[in-house]
Amino acid sequence: MSLKEKIVSSYIAFEDHLEDDSPIHELRNEAIKTFETNGFPTKKEEAWKYTSLNSLLKNDYSILPRKADHTIEFKDVKQYFLHDIDTYKIVFIDGVYSSFLSETTHDAVDVCLLSSALSKSKYKSVIEAYFNKAAKQDSLTSLNTAFAKEGAYIHIPKHKEVEKPIEIINFSTGNEAAILLQPRNLIVVGENAHVQIIERHQNLSNNEVLTNSVTEIFAEKRAFVDYYKIQTDNKSASLIDNTFLSQERDSNCNVHTFSFGGKLTRNNLNFFQNGEHCESTLKGITILEDKQHVDHNTLVHHIAPNCESHQDYKGIFDERSTGVFNGKIVVEKDAQKIDAFQQNNNILISDKATINSKPQLEIFADDVKCSHGCTIGQLDEDALFYMRSRGIGTKEARALLMYAFANNVLESVKIPELKRRINKLIADKIGVSLGFEL
Amino acid sequence: MSKYTEDDLKKELETKEYEYGFYTDIESDTFPVGLNEDIVRAISKKKEEPEWMTEWRLEAFAYWKEMVEPEWANVHYEKPNFQNISYYSAPNKKPKYDSIDDVDPELLETFNKLGISLDEQKKLAGVAVDIVMDSVSVATTFKKTLGEKGIIFCSISEAIKEHPELVRKHLGSVVPQRDNFYAALNSAVFSDGSFCYIPKGVRCPMELSTYFRINQAGTGQFERTLVIADEGSYVSYLEGCTAPSRDENQLHAAVVELIALDDAEIKYSTVQNWYPGNKEGKGGVFNFVTKRGICEKNAKISWTQVETGSAVTWKYPSCILKGDNSIGEFYSIAVTNNFQQADTGTKMIHLGKNTKSTIISKGVSAGQSQNSYRGLVKISPNADNARNFSQCDSLLMGNNCGAHTFPYIEVKNKSAKIEHEATTSKIGEDQIFYCNQRGIDTEKAIALIVNGFSKEVLNKLPMEFAVEAQKLLEISLEGSVG
Repeated sequence: MSLKEKIVSSYIAFEDHLEDDSPIHELRNEAIKTFETNGFPTKKEEAWKYTSLNSLLKNDYSILPRKADHTIEFKDVKQYFLHDIDTYKIVFIDGVYSSFLSETTHDAVDVCLLSSALSKSKYKSVIEAYFNKAAKQDSLTSLNTAFAKEGAYIHIPKHKEVEKPIEIINFSTGNEAAILLQPRNLIVVGENAHVQIIERHQNLSNNEVLTNSVTEIFAEKRAFVDYYKIQTDNKSASLIDNTFLSQERDSNCNVHTFSFGGKLTRNNLNFFQNGEHCESTLKGITILEDKQHVDHNTLVHHIAPNCESHQDYKGIFDERSTGVFNGKIVVEKDAQKIDAFQQNNNILISDKATINSKPQLEIFADDVKCSHGCTIGQLDEDALFYMRSRGIGTKEARALLMYAFANNVLESVKIPELKRRINKLIADKIGVSLGFEL
Repeated sequence: MSKYTEDDLKKELETKEYEYGFYTDIESDTFPVGLNEDIVRAISKKKEEPEWMTEWRLEAFAYWKEMVEPEWANVHYEKPNFQNISYYSAPNKKPKYDSIDDVDPELLETFNKLGISLDEQKKLAGVAVDIVMDSVSVATTFKKTLGEKGIIFCSISEAIKEHPELVRKHLGSVVPQRDNFYAALNSAVFSDGSFCYIPKGVRCPMELSTYFRINQAGTGQFERTLVIADEGSYVSYLEGCTAPSRDENQLHAAVVELIALDDAEIKYSTVQNWYPGNKEGKGGVFNFVTKRGICEKNAKISWTQVETGSAVTWKYPSCILKGDNSIGEFYSIAVTNNFQQADTGTKMIHLGKNTKSTIISKGVSAGQSQNSYRGLVKISPNADNARNFSQCDSLLMGNNCGAHTFPYIEVKNKSAKIEHEATTSKIGEDQIFYCNQRGIDTEKAIALIVNGFSKEVLNKLPMEFAVEAQKLLEISLEGSVG
């Protein structure tokens, strides 16, 4: 039985367990039909030209989450939290909420669970207004919608500035030989509200994990959203991340993606600018080795005039790793005075590494400033020689150049503690610690 | 002149009718419509081709039957019915002229309307012209001068008869029969085209040029061009097209193959001005062309194109940089207006070491047109020290048109250096203001800016052609160049 068939048949069992009055019941039924018709994407589809899911689909994943028999000790996983500073935490273990590790709140802001938001009537109006409204109805997003049950639910009301960052962490323990996780996050940021969110996926064993995650973020007027994705999973885990941001006028949304781990990672990051004067920033650092594969697929859809978007993705690729960048900027006919910029810089360290880059522009308005740039190159030999002639070892000199290369993205991280952590992650990844912070 | 704004220009562009639309009445001997094996055989027979050529065509036809039309391009049109086209049409009095005086006067009149005076060109420009009028060469000039150098420049049907060893060896070696839908169709039914061979170490003393015309109503034109530059040789080849007004869509599916052997250099320039359809988007030529060149060691291929015509363009002149130190270049201006759609670009496939490629693509869209750049830069694992620079700039006039960029970059070698840049913008108001301030009216200012925008590519055209290219830009962007 193929994975697709297994998923479709599990859906019937999944549906049986749900309470009947769930407001998204019909959405689920439609979504599973969409998935059943389209199946998993193949390389024949233009958007998946450079990424094949075939190697992942042959595993026998367990599809419905079960309550774990043993919980994990905080001390074992402490390192994955920003433990030095105070944060809200929403933690899931094998797709099931862990109240022990989490720290949620209903005090002025809602930082809680999607499952409770779906079942409690006081959230009904929010769910009806926002759930599945920004998500594209493609096959993998639909698959997630069909099984949407658990995930983070964050609702920040008007004029509220959340004083501490919110961490969303998904652990997998290896209870099952192979597990398919489908977290679904809904984040609504009200007018003039501010929020910082950090999302992380972490596999704690060497068993296969495939995560098909969907996150919808709604930024109302003048809202400010800072979102960080830390992808440092081990090499038996794969991630398909679908994120949709819907922005209203004067809102500002930033998404930083740090991809260092995982076997196969696909980031579908979509921005929709519905109102004037929106600002969107998409930045990423990718450092890969071994046979890792990371595919950044970004879309910035400029629907309203006078908006800005900036994209800056840096990649360093070693050994047999593969990097894909597929960035698309669409400017609608009425979206005049758009300033859209997209940049993708890559460094190839090894002969076996591959980069496929496809930056696209689709412009229908005339009074716009849109540009993209893409470079692929090596570490500058002259700069290396310069440093070596001044007594800096080859390894350190190379590391210094790589830091400098990535620094553009790193310096816009607004949480100092997080920046320090990422610095350390980069040091671990390239095997050299500089002993200072950039 | 009263205030001339960009809007006026736009209006003028929209209303500017195709100047070169006319129809020459020459009795043609046309095949019945439709395509099957018999038609392929008949074409081959009609052209008195040897057995191997007939087989080659049939093979291509067999592949074609299995293929489907590609749909990935960013163009939308009503698919032509391939059974509704006549696959062969040749001017009736198939003459072999020695001098220009023998040419059918009506034909000469056609060229005069186009502003191409054969004898004038012969004398003044020193260009050998191989005219293709509805698929069959009717005049070849300067053959003798070229013959002395050992250069072969003739129609492909003649080459099949007279130089079968060369044609057999190279035909389909760069664009195989099964390469794509239109290449397969062309391989099966190509009616004529040009053949050029430059022997070892010879520098071709003049620019070679061909003027293509589609003339007969409902006739598809399937050109096949093969240019072979032997070791250490150099040739500059020019190709230009205009077509008469016609309401029903006409299909043009050409194949061009360039072979640059060690140390050879080929410069291939195109000015394309097929009928783009009227301002309601009715009619116009479908231009589905496969152009590709292969570079051996130290060889260089340079494509230059000025695309102003056709209702739908689907064209990607490519370079396979097979030999070490080989160089590929692509310079393009694509201007679209009214309902024109262009999906054009290039492929640079780096296989050899120290290979270099440069891509400069300029797009100007006006009216309701859609202009896309689609390009591939591929660096294979063995292509050490490969270098590529790409630049794609688009200029938009009005908000009913679109400009799109689809670059594909695939790198599998760590020593590669790739740079890609693309920008989209409109003519800056400050630039126009600057000109106005200095007494240059808006029309002239727009002209200056568009001219400057395209200059990088226009400069790459040979002298004789640069003039014509400017003329053709005028048709699309009337009043703005000069």
